[in-house]
Amino acid sequence: MSSEKVIPHSEAATRFNKDVERVNWHDETLWFVREKRDKSAHQIPDWELLRETASQIKNNVLSNIHDYLIEFEANAQKNGIIVHWAADAKEHNEIVHSIMAKHDVKQMVKSKSMLTEECHLNDYLAEKGIEVIDSDLGEYIVQLRKEPPSHIVLPAIHLKKEDVSETFHEHLGTQKGNIDPQYLTESARLSLRNTFLTRKVALTGVNFAIAETGEIVVCTNEGNADMGAHLADVHIACMGFEKLIPQRKHLGIFLRLLARSATGQPITTFSSHFKKPRDGKEIHIVIVDNGRSTQLGREDFRNSLKCIRCGACMNTCPVYRRSGGHSYHNAVAGPIGSILAPNLDMSKNADLPFASTLCGSCTNVCPVKIDIHDQLYKWRQVLVKEGHTPKAKTVAMKTMATVLANPTIFNIAGKSGRFVMKNIPGLVNNKMNKWYDQREMPEVPEESFREWYKKNSREAKAKDNE
Amino acid sequence: MSSKADILNKIKQNQPAFITNLPDLNLLSSENPDVLSTYKTVLKNIGGDPVEVANYAEIIEYIKSNYNLEKRLITTIPELSEIAALDWTNDDPHSLQDVELNVIKAHFGVAENSALWVTDDVLGQRVSPFIAQYLAIIVHKKDIIATMHQAYERIGNQEYGFGTFIAGPSKTADIEQSLVLGAHGARGLIVFLLD
Repeated sequence: MSSEKVIPHSEAATRFNKDVERVNWHDETLWFVREKRDKSAHQIPDWELLRETASQIKNNVLSNIHDYLIEFEANAQKNGIIVHWAADAKEHNEIVHSIMAKHDVKQMVKSKSMLTEECHLNDYLAEKGIEVIDSDLGEYIVQLRKEPPSHIVLPAIHLKKEDVSETFHEHLGTQKGNIDPQYLTESARLSLRNTFLTRKVALTGVNFAIAETGEIVVCTNEGNADMGAHLADVHIACMGFEKLIPQRKHLGIFLRLLARSATGQPITTFSSHFKKPRDGKEIHIVIVDNGRSTQLGREDFRNSLKCIRCGACMNTCPVYRRSGGHSYHNAVAGPIGSILAPNLDMSKNADLPFASTLCGSCTNVCPVKIDIHDQLYKWRQVLVKEGHTPKAKTVAMKTMATVLANPTIFNIAGKSGRFVMKNIPGLVNNKMNKWYDQREMPEVPEESFREWYKKNSREAKAKDNE
Repeated sequence: MSSKADILNKIKQNQPAFITNLPDLNLLSSENPDVLSTYKTVLKNIGGDPVEVANYAEIIEYIKSNYNLEKRLITTIPELSEIAALDWTNDDPHSLQDVELNVIKAHFGVAENSALWVTDDVLGQRVSPFIAQYLAIIVHKKDIIATMHQAYERIGNQEYGFGTFIAGPSKTADIEQSLVLGAHGARGLIVFLLD
């Protein structure tokens, strides 16, 4: 994976920013979702206590996860569920494929799972000759367009009605130019209904797994996970091990927080608890590590494993909103994705913790109180120390450190800076100067603060002595 | 098997050494003086239709005047046998694809989010509330509670193979955030609030 060439976030964001109208629209759309979250949260008198409680439950999970996993597996097996363990993405994909092969099935219907995006499962199965159809409408749209999702909850949030209309016209034969969301959704409904009725294997993600009972909970608004799972012979559910919660009653906390934080809804339309397979059918659960146990050992970053994937941090992030999810070149975009990605591959994702203003808005909305902006700041230090940041930046920082540490050099630099900016502005106001990009340079003052202070304190003293 | 041992070993080494206790859930309040009116308001806000009824006869009347009885109607409630079929629960679930309306009963409803709790024993088939074009769920007014905390107190350690909270009709807003009812599941949800 690390050999893959990725476009750095800043460069991808610059490209996204070329279409000003679309960027403004993207920004406003996500802010609208953020506002819905606020309204919904403010209706719950206990909101802050809920967040604190959720965070404490997750602290307990992190410190007991070894035992909870053993408890979960034993209870799931007692319920008749088959449990698999995958150390990494490769093993996860192989397990899923082996289940398909065992049943001699070449087609799968999938409900949204960011973990399978993380593992690049679709590409892997395609190579094995297996057809995968994503059934969440947003995922379906981006799949037809051969794009990854740009948001974990709203996979096609970067697309306009016109884009969807074009895509559906090409792939589903809908009327050209018909951009009515009702009409487009209905067309997808008909096509996907046929898929649900003909697939023998359905794969879903997992929102919560309960150690005490061995059951898993899957939340959707569309009902696609249920349509797939209840019509197929085999249901494969894939989960990162951090999805565990201790007891069933803790769902009361998380189900209250999840949808309100994600879209402002009081709860998702369907919150389905799968405990046992139907008679004669199979449920498989694949428990995946893929770097999570390493992150658990990084004290500064382990809190990121509390994440319940609501996407609130993305919706509020000024950088995400104005750079688009694809610029993060990672299955999970935005602030939380920028913490998770360097754990998976530091050199490939070294740019992401810098894709933030550190304004703290992400931390403020996080339903499980992850210290997101602090972790982004800490990643920057780790990445610089480990030598993963661009040369130009390192040289610039070192130069700045020298200048700031020496008053004489600082003075001379200030003087010549003011002189250049005033008399030869072209030397500064050009493309070579990264600071000039998207910014007007300030007007230079006649004197530096130090000069002003010296003069004024002299005058003040003289006055006092009068 | 080796991956399991490896993963668990690594987790054991890397998990925090200090054990943090589980918080007290009783600190969260679940008071709501008017659960019924909250329930109705929230349900309407998420695209469902609350209908208050005194008895099953009123439910039958309502269905007769609002749905086409020529189409396939199914239920798990014997009191509704006059308008809907009861003999489908052992059929192949795929055969339910032409169902127009499915009428089931919920164990209870939750006022704060209008969700209804249903399990295997009231569903007939797990896919039944998802595959029907329209869904109607009956709940007793006395079985509406305030919050999700009370919901899980009520569920307790109840045994079920499958259970789900249903809140409103199936929906999506994946195309430019425009809300569309009827994504893959029911296009509409009637909740009969029974005295």
